[in-house]
Amino acid sequence: MESFQSIAAYHQALAQGATTILQTTEAYLNRIQQYKAMNAYVEVFEQEALEQAIQQDQLIQSGTPLLPLQGVIVGIKDVLHYKGKAVTAASKMLAGYKATYHATAVERLLAAGAIIIGRQNCDEFAMGSSNEHSVYGPAQHPQYSDRVPGGSSGGSAAAVAANLCMVSLGSDTGGSVRQPADFCGIVGLKPSYGRVSRHGLIAYASSFDQIGIFSRTIEDAALLLQIIAGEDEWDSTVASWSVPNYVEELQQLKLDQKRKVAYIGSAVHHPSLDPAIKASFLKACSEFKALGHIVEEVHFPLLDYIVPTYYILTTAEASSNLSRYDGVRYGYRSQAPMPELSDLYVKSRSEGFGKEVQRRILLGTYVLSSGYYDAYFSKAQQVRRLLLNQVTDIFKNYDAIWMPTVPAPAWKMGEKSENPTDMYLADIFTVLANLTGLPAISLPLFKHGSGLPFGLQVMTNRGEELSLLSISSQLMAQMQR
Amino acid sequence: MQRYEPVIGLEIHVQLATQSKLFCGDPVQFGAAPNTLVSPISLAYPGTLPRINQQAVESAVQLGLAFGCGIAPISYFARKHYFYPDLPRGYQTSQHTHPICAGGAIQIKEETRNLSFALNRIHLEDDAGKSIHDLYEDATCIDLNRAGTALLEIVTEPVIYNAEHAAAVVAEIRKMVRWLGIGDGNMEAGNLRCDANISLRLAGTKELGTKVEVKNLNSIRFVKKAIEFEIERMEKMLERGEKIQQQTRSFNASNFTTFATREKEEAHDYRYFPDPDLPPIRITQERLNAIQSSMPALPSEITSILQTKYSLSEYDAEQITQDKTEWQFFLATANICANYKSIANWMLGPIRQWRNEKNNEEENMLQPAQLAELIELVESGTVSFTIAAQKIFPIMITGSQSALQIAEEGGWLQEKDTQQLETWVNEVLAAMPEQVAAYKKGKKGLIGVFVGEVKKRSRGKADLKWVTTYLEQQLTSTK
Repeated sequence: MESFQSIAAYHQALAQGATTILQTTEAYLNRIQQYKAMNAYVEVFEQEALEQAIQQDQLIQSGTPLLPLQGVIVGIKDVLHYKGKAVTAASKMLAGYKATYHATAVERLLAAGAIIIGRQNCDEFAMGSSNEHSVYGPAQHPQYSDRVPGGSSGGSAAAVAANLCMVSLGSDTGGSVRQPADFCGIVGLKPSYGRVSRHGLIAYASSFDQIGIFSRTIEDAALLLQIIAGEDEWDSTVASWSVPNYVEELQQLKLDQKRKVAYIGSAVHHPSLDPAIKASFLKACSEFKALGHIVEEVHFPLLDYIVPTYYILTTAEASSNLSRYDGVRYGYRSQAPMPELSDLYVKSRSEGFGKEVQRRILLGTYVLSSGYYDAYFSKAQQVRRLLLNQVTDIFKNYDAIWMPTVPAPAWKMGEKSENPTDMYLADIFTVLANLTGLPAISLPLFKHGSGLPFGLQVMTNRGEELSLLSISSQLMAQMQR
Repeated sequence: MQRYEPVIGLEIHVQLATQSKLFCGDPVQFGAAPNTLVSPISLAYPGTLPRINQQAVESAVQLGLAFGCGIAPISYFARKHYFYPDLPRGYQTSQHTHPICAGGAIQIKEETRNLSFALNRIHLEDDAGKSIHDLYEDATCIDLNRAGTALLEIVTEPVIYNAEHAAAVVAEIRKMVRWLGIGDGNMEAGNLRCDANISLRLAGTKELGTKVEVKNLNSIRFVKKAIEFEIERMEKMLERGEKIQQQTRSFNASNFTTFATREKEEAHDYRYFPDPDLPPIRITQERLNAIQSSMPALPSEITSILQTKYSLSEYDAEQITQDKTEWQFFLATANICANYKSIANWMLGPIRQWRNEKNNEEENMLQPAQLAELIELVESGTVSFTIAAQKIFPIMITGSQSALQIAEEGGWLQEKDTQQLETWVNEVLAAMPEQVAAYKKGKKGLIGVFVGEVKKRSRGKADLKWVTTYLEQQLTSTK
């Protein structure tokens, strides 16, 4: 099948009549079928996709100018609401549950002409780093079927990497977009907290969750962000920042504009970091420096506190957010005998939620309990505040912070599933952006000796996606020379 | 002196009369078919988020200003977790640690004393749905129409020392809620509910005793009755040397007793934490000023205006400010009738009596202009006050006729024909020679008897003012 370098290239082909949206859609549907074993999709919206493709083609034939995402084949993680379609967070708890409304991001994609081709596999309720905790079974790495694609948005990353869609939407609470993007060798963008409405995103941890974008190019990520970002009457945590025209701004970007970059020393020298990743990372730093940019190591003493802080706060929020799944109004309800009202909750929730979700609900319930609240939750909130102060200080002197995205590339299936804390620790480089609300992106720059791809993570100050995308473009351009 | 001193604190929940719920656009209505006022947000469907209702915020600030509370420039919502089928999210959203209003006091007038009861706070929270247990034997029905409705929780300090004052505090809160128009304060419908925390301590000691909480008192009378019962019950327990258990109790309205609903305080751990889906409520000075200027003048201000500008007695002024519609009616009538005292007399006499007879169920259809006309008719001596109040007013209030028309048709116009009046007077004097003699010997009080007789003879139509004067003349001039 013909593969397009970018959405712009695809739109050019459409404009020239080299392809039609229907042809493209059919080709993607075939390819999804062909790579079924990857388990990237949990449902394909074939009928609607074909109908929309035909309509979109008619619009083109009638001479209507192309919409920004017209005919673009998009996949969505199974935590985003697409009206009339099942949305289950890869959980037995929501088996058979259908969305009664569109997520704001989905609605904006559709309005921009996108074709939503299916919902994609993920870890249950977006909790996990390997896509192994899914009621639909694990998704596979796009190149190595015995390895994980990362998580929690594993299916969405694998789908873009394997060209089973052009771009996809995932969600990133602690790295769930950047880490699988890194594992699968594509671009993974997590916008600032408050940049994209969470309306219609099944919540994991409200003050961390953000819808993210998988793409093969920075430009595609910029285009999608431009469409889905901005204020929304349904989510009062969306910031009132104006949304720049990222695509145009990137086109006008001067690649030789000088940047000041900080990289976190304690991250690069961390004992858990794979030596090959460390070497590639430092090499990229020195090459960028050689172009006249400032690249300096900065001190960041709190690195080892961020994973515990992250897990205390996110599990606390999760334990609260997931209490609505009680078997009363929708979702799974146990059929076991229920002599007491409490049985309704205990049985439905014990049977409906998977192990990892239950683990996190229990952790979160514990840290919010009276007697433990101050020791855990309050303390973690204080650390979160300190982390924000520290990154704010760094941004007084630097335009961006760089870190590796992950300490090691994609691991083998089953390798960490028996040791959850090991898996949690692998989030060490991604959770900082969620704790502080920063925008962050993983750029597919490197290949490991084993052939596995891995990336480099760029972060900028909150609300500064334009700077994030610009610096990323400069870095990509430099590395591709 | 009493051996034990009761200490009472109140928690009052007021349902706000907002058009929509606290965190979503679902309409707030009473009596709609079950589960018809529910959107995905009310139902806590996945992916839905709350949005704060600004009208509810403003209502909270208004009540806070009315009671002299401090208004927090920033206040937060917290989640209070518990599982119950009528609580869709599995948590209530409340303002546990940072309420929108703090401090303040409820002012009560007891005869000539001004009493002040300190408030702890007023905060915003959302209501749960309703569980209906008695519709089916084997099932509980859930109605989520009420789920998410905006409530204000008003918490007093434990500074109330008897049942009468507790009832007066609730009455004052209800009055203010209605005055500001932020709620209907209907206790029977559950739109204003009171929980009372009651404890006893040895008189003269400081430390509070073990408290019991009587929940969901739905009338002011029940607040008083429940507290009285509890005080007596606990006094007897203490006298017998028994220990008071911390309890939650309910009130039985059929025999004015209370009974324990939760024998031992269950170990509730609500796991409060700040709601990450809701930004803090910010009240800038500018917004505070805007809310303040949108508020109606408060009863205390109106009371003093009624005394100064309209020369009413303190009692009348306070009576008229019990209810904003009364004040508005007074004002509208006073704009077209300068006899302010008469307006007050009419409002607090015949009109109030008529409404009480109708149990307040019937809307008062009397228009200010109608009352002004009635007063004018009495003033000019066209009809007597008694006729106006007892005959004309009841007809006037149910129809569209003018007072004069009614008086004419009823034949109730005062007799002003002096010849006729003189005839009646002379007839009466002639018929009562002994009394006339007694009067002349100094029993001046008998004038009332003569007037009464003339009134009887005239069937109420005689202009009694004229009659009295004429009688006095006759009695002194004749030997």
